[in-house]
Amino acid sequence: MSAEPLLAVRDLRVGFATEGGPLQAVDGVSFDLAAGEVLAIVGESGAGKSVAAQTIMGLSRSRNARIEGSVKLHGDELIDADDAVLRRLRGEQVAMIFQDPMTSFNPVYRVGAQIVEAIRAHRADVSKSEARARAVALLDSVGIPEAARRVDDYPHEFSGGMRQRAMIAMALALEPEVLIADEPTTALDVTIQAQILRLLGSLNRERGLATILITHDLGVVAEVADRVLVMYAGKVVEQGTLDEIFYDPQHPYTWGLLGSLTRLDRPRPKRLPQISGAPPSLLDLPQGCSFRPRCPHEFSKCPRTPPLEARLADAPDHRDRCWLTPEQKREKRQVGGQIGLEAPSA
Amino acid sequence: MARFILKRLAGTVAVLFAVSVVVFAVFNVIPNSPPAQRLAGKNANPRLVKSIEEEWGFDKPLPQQYLTMMKKTFNGELTSYEPRIPVDEQILEGIPATASLCIGAAVIWLFFGILFGYLAAVRAGGLLDRLLTGVAVAGISIPVFLLAPVLIYFLSYEIELFPSGGYVPLSEDPAQWAYHLILPWFTVAVLSIGFYSRVLRSNMLDAMDEDHVRTARAKGLGERQVMVRHVLRNSLIPIITLFGLDVGALIGGTAIITEKLFDINGVGAYAAGAVANSELPPIMGVTLYAAFFVVFFNALVDIAYAYLDPRVRLGTAAQ
Repeated sequence: MSAEPLLAVRDLRVGFATEGGPLQAVDGVSFDLAAGEVLAIVGESGAGKSVAAQTIMGLSRSRNARIEGSVKLHGDELIDADDAVLRRLRGEQVAMIFQDPMTSFNPVYRVGAQIVEAIRAHRADVSKSEARARAVALLDSVGIPEAARRVDDYPHEFSGGMRQRAMIAMALALEPEVLIADEPTTALDVTIQAQILRLLGSLNRERGLATILITHDLGVVAEVADRVLVMYAGKVVEQGTLDEIFYDPQHPYTWGLLGSLTRLDRPRPKRLPQISGAPPSLLDLPQGCSFRPRCPHEFSKCPRTPPLEARLADAPDHRDRCWLTPEQKREKRQVGGQIGLEAPSA
Repeated sequence: MARFILKRLAGTVAVLFAVSVVVFAVFNVIPNSPPAQRLAGKNANPRLVKSIEEEWGFDKPLPQQYLTMMKKTFNGELTSYEPRIPVDEQILEGIPATASLCIGAAVIWLFFGILFGYLAAVRAGGLLDRLLTGVAVAGISIPVFLLAPVLIYFLSYEIELFPSGGYVPLSEDPAQWAYHLILPWFTVAVLSIGFYSRVLRSNMLDAMDEDHVRTARAKGLGERQVMVRHVLRNSLIPIITLFGLDVGALIGGTAIITEKLFDINGVGAYAAGAVANSELPPIMGVTLYAAFFVVFFNALVDIAYAYLDPRVRLGTAAQ
C-alpha cells in the first residue's frame, strides 16, 4: 500500500494487571486499514480480538491496563492522545457496534433518544428536533419499518435483529470513516445474521465505510471480508487476503478453523471436526508457539516463538507464524481431501 | 392504571385489617391490669368498676369489642381512656410536626446519600471513596439514641449552636421551624445517608460494567454524561424503592425515638405516651395510621418504578 492508510496499527500491545498476575491480552498486533476496506479479525474467545479493537478507540484504557505500540488515524497518534481527543473521535470518526444488541442500548431511554444523544454529543448546534428527524432517517436507512413511529420505542420493544440495526443506525449517525463491528451477528439467529451482514456489506460498498469485523465465524468472514487477521492467544498467527487465508492457509490454527467449518456442498462428516484442547490461559502461556500444545504437527523448532513473516515468495503480504516450510504445510494441511487439522495422535 | 390502583386499595384494606387484629390481640394477651380497674382508680368499689366495664364494653366477648373499636375508629369516635380525648384529633395534631421531621430528614438523606454514593463510585478505590466509606459506616453504626444526646450535648449545650429540641410550626416562623429541626433531621438522616450511599455505590459499580455504558462511551459521550445519564440514572431505580419504603416506615414509627429525644410533639411522641399508659385506642389509631403510610408509600414505589423503568411499564400495561 503506497498511500497512507486510513488506520495504521503498529505493534499494539495491551497488558492488564489482574489478580492472577499480569497478562498480555494483545501481543504485537499490526495492520493497516484502507478506506472502503473490510478487515476481519478472527479467533476464539479470549484471543484478544475485542481488546485490540476497543483499544483503537481508547475504550480499554484503565488503571490496570498497559497499552503500548501505535494506532494512527490519518497519521495522528491515538495511543497517547488526550481523553478529550478520543472522546471527539468516538462516534465521529470511528464508531463501534457490539455483540449483544439486547444489552447494548440503555433500557431506560427510547431508542431515538439514544441516537439523538449520540448526534448532540458531537454537534451541540443541532437542535433536538433536527437530531430526531435525523434519527428517523437513519433508522429508516437501516431497514427499520415505520421508523417515524418506532423511533419512540424503548429498546425492549425491538427484536434482536432490529436492535442491531438500530445500533448500526446509531453508529452511522455522524458518518464515521471506520466502523468496528465486534461480533455483530453472534447473538442473532442465522437468517437475521445474513440480513445484518448484507446491511454491513452494502454500507461498506455504498458509503466506502472502512470496517473492522471481529468474529469467530469464518462463514461470516467469507461473505464480507477483503482481508483477514487470524489471532491466537493475543498474537496474530496469520494474515492475508481473503483468498490467501481460505485457499492457501499457512498456519495450523487456521487449518483447524477452516476444517471445523461445516459446509453444505461437502458430504456430511460423521463427527464435526474440531480443534482439540482449549486455548491456553494468558496467565500461563506455553513457551514458544502458543498453539504448540494443541498442534499435531509440533516439532523441534516450536519451543522458540516463530516470527510473523511472509514465507511465500509470491505473496509478500501473506504472513504467518509457523516454523513449517511451505512445502510441509501444503502436505500436512490435507485432511481427507480438504484443508483441516488432523486430530493429534494420542 | 385504574385496575392497579383498585388492586392496591384492596391490598391496603387487607393489610389494615390484619394489623388491627394483631394489635388488638397482642394488647389483650399481654399481662395488663384490666382497663376498667385502672379507670376506676385503686380503691374503687366493684360497682363502679362494673359500670365502667359496661360503659366501655369491656365485659363483652373480645370479637365484639374488636368490632366496636373498629367501628369507632372509622367513625372518628375513638377516644383515649383517660382523659377522654378523640384519637383522630390527637393524631392530626401531631402530623405537622412528624411530617416536618420525616420529610425534611428524607430530603436530606436522599440528597447526601446520592451525592456521597455517586462520588464514592466515580472515585472507587481512591482516597475520597475510602473517606466516604468511613463516614457511611460510622453513620450506619451510630444508633439514634446515642447520636441525639451527643449532638445535643456538643451542638446545643456546649457551643449553643442549635436548640436542643422543641417544635415551631412552619406557618408560625419558617426560619425557626428549620432551625429547630436541623439536629433532629440529621439525627434521623445519618443512618440512611450511610446506607444509601453504600447501596448506590455498589449499584453504580455494577452498572459501570453494563454493555450499554460501553456503548455510551463508544458514541463519544463525556465521562460525566456517561456517569450521570447512564450509570447513575439506571442505578437509582432500586434506591427509589428503598426510599419509598423507608419514608413510609419513618412516618409510621421510626420517628418515635427522635421525637421523644428532641421533645417534638408529633404522632410518635403521642404513640410513645399511649404505650407507656397502656391505652389501647391511641395505640390502635397510631398503628393503623402507620400501617396506612407504609402501604401507601409501597404503592407509590410501584408507580414510581413503572415510571423509572419502562420495561415494568410495559409489563403492567400488558396485564
